[in-house]
Amino acid sequence: MTTSTPPTPTASAKNPEQINPPGGTERRPIGQVLRSQLQQSLAFATLVVLIIFFSISSSSFFTVSNISGILLSTAVIGILAVGTTFVIITGGIDLSIGTGMTLCAVMTGVFITDMGLPLVVGVIGGIATGALMGLINGLNITFLGLPPFIATLAMMLIAQGLALVISGVAPIYFAEQAFKDIALGTLIPGLPNAVLILFACAIVAYVVLSKTILGRYTFAIGSNEEATRLSGVNTRKWTILIYTVAGIFTGIAGVVIAARLGSAQPQLGTGYELQAIAAVIIGGTSLLGGRGSILGTLIGALIMSVLINGLRILSIQTEWQNVVVGIVILVAVFTDSLRRRREA
Amino acid sequence: MKNARKMSVLATAAIAVVALAGCAQGGSAGSGGDAGSGDKPYIAMISKGFQHQFWQAVKQGAEERAEELGVEITFEGPASETEVDAQLQMLQAAIDKSPDAIAYAALDPEACIPLIDAAGAAEIPVVQFDAGCDSDVPLSIAKTDSLGAGALAADHMAELIGEEGEVAIVGHSQINSTGVERRDGFVEQMEAEYPDIEIVDIQYGDGDHLKSADIAKAMIAAHPDLKGIYGTNEGSAVGVVNALTELGMNGDDLTVIGFDSGKAQMDAITNGLMAGAITQNPIGIGAETVQAAYDAINGDTPEEVIDTGYFFYDAENMKDEEIAAVLYE
Repeated sequence: MTTSTPPTPTASAKNPEQINPPGGTERRPIGQVLRSQLQQSLAFATLVVLIIFFSISSSSFFTVSNISGILLSTAVIGILAVGTTFVIITGGIDLSIGTGMTLCAVMTGVFITDMGLPLVVGVIGGIATGALMGLINGLNITFLGLPPFIATLAMMLIAQGLALVISGVAPIYFAEQAFKDIALGTLIPGLPNAVLILFACAIVAYVVLSKTILGRYTFAIGSNEEATRLSGVNTRKWTILIYTVAGIFTGIAGVVIAARLGSAQPQLGTGYELQAIAAVIIGGTSLLGGRGSILGTLIGALIMSVLINGLRILSIQTEWQNVVVGIVILVAVFTDSLRRRREA
Repeated sequence: MKNARKMSVLATAAIAVVALAGCAQGGSAGSGGDAGSGDKPYIAMISKGFQHQFWQAVKQGAEERAEELGVEITFEGPASETEVDAQLQMLQAAIDKSPDAIAYAALDPEACIPLIDAAGAAEIPVVQFDAGCDSDVPLSIAKTDSLGAGALAADHMAELIGEEGEVAIVGHSQINSTGVERRDGFVEQMEAEYPDIEIVDIQYGDGDHLKSADIAKAMIAAHPDLKGIYGTNEGSAVGVVNALTELGMNGDDLTVIGFDSGKAQMDAITNGLMAGAITQNPIGIGAETVQAAYDAINGDTPEEVIDTGYFFYDAENMKDEEIAAVLYE
């Protein structure tokens, strides 16, 4: 993905022309916004249809307690998905977020339970673990020139192994209620804090992606990395930063899952990355990069959890639940590519 | 120069391999009862996993007995209990090492047949634990009678809810034999003995705490009159308990019967969130497996099925010596 060849004189000579594509991406957001809004409205319509369908099918679905349950079950996958949206917009992929989340949870447990450090330190330590993993992913991708798929696949295995080794293949329990309240306390009555954390993460990510230079370069790298680099942007630096940001969200997800379970379960996490990636894709972010949104990801994550919860409420067999979720992913990505082909 | 050295290293290695293979051949084909003399007998244990605490307890039991008997063991298993293929590769690697015996817990009763038959052809004695392979080669299996254990869970559930009403099951697998038998034992017992109890839903959470909690919450939402939930392994059962906590419910609102132990489950039982659970004897499974392998190496025939037992435990009897011995944190 990243070519490490320094710009040759010819390339430099081409530079004035090459500036255009990134310039184009700067102007493109209007088109992008329109397109992603269309995808979002499609996704949003799907979400509404699902909610209406399940509400009609079962009186148990649209209740305060069940909706609160759906939101809570969206929290962990949703936070992972929000973080990995950045990576996917750059045209990359992060497979390490599932087991990485588990390693962050384990490290939080080590800091708080094993070392007896204050909660705040443990939480920050857990999030820092995620940031460090993201940083290493970024370095491996940019400086070693590894494809993101391979670099993060390796990190996925390393994180899984380390989580088991560090925990001694046993769960680490949190004794303090204050820690569990991070996920299950209710600052707003009836709404678990984990849901507030998800929304806070989404808002911060939205602002970063749409209002900051980091966000702009995320789209630029995804649209045309080479052109972005040739126009004088240090794409390596920004790529590293983007993976680190994704790592921070992985760390937050790790703290939230540990708080919700009251323990760090070292064997969990495998497969969570694929659910998060699915949520991102359903939300209209393109795996090819250059296009995507946080709102879409949030809707995508909600579609997944509404669908799964609804099928469970209707007592559909677990095997068929997977089939239905798989079909929804297919349809979502297919309609997206169909529309893009029409537009092109 | 460099090449010459490489060649010499290779040659030495080749000689070593041939020599070792010769030794191993001699060990398994030659006189059996020589545990005390020379090299320790080696038993390769291939488990269904190692991450779950249950397997850690099996490993502990195996290591303790191996120490007593003076045998050497290795204990390995795939990262998750769905990785049938990875487990078969481990089994293949174990056979290639020509151990004195192989102890195996089948993830899939069919897929293992060719390899287990190959072990038989190589005259390596095979004993099994937890779940068997559909082959004639294995001499014995040390396991829990999972159907009986599921039925025991059903009896206690029925008693606790007054022998009538709706119950549901959060299972951990619809494929592997423990998941299937713990479920079927429960279902069959309910159908046979308790006509007024209806099993309204069975879903599977892969033993994932989070998934199992979300499943239990959906069940509780869908079936307001639900009186009890049975979780078929530690992750499933703890997930159900988490669901109760998250919904602000307790053991009076819903009767939860779990399976296996682990600190979270034992705490839930102490706190009254969970009525009780079935425990197996994982340390016993490990110990009996190594014993059976040791007997086989020494030319004795181990018992075909070694039932290592199961118990129901609750807040009352948790501290009893017999129960406490088989529980693990």
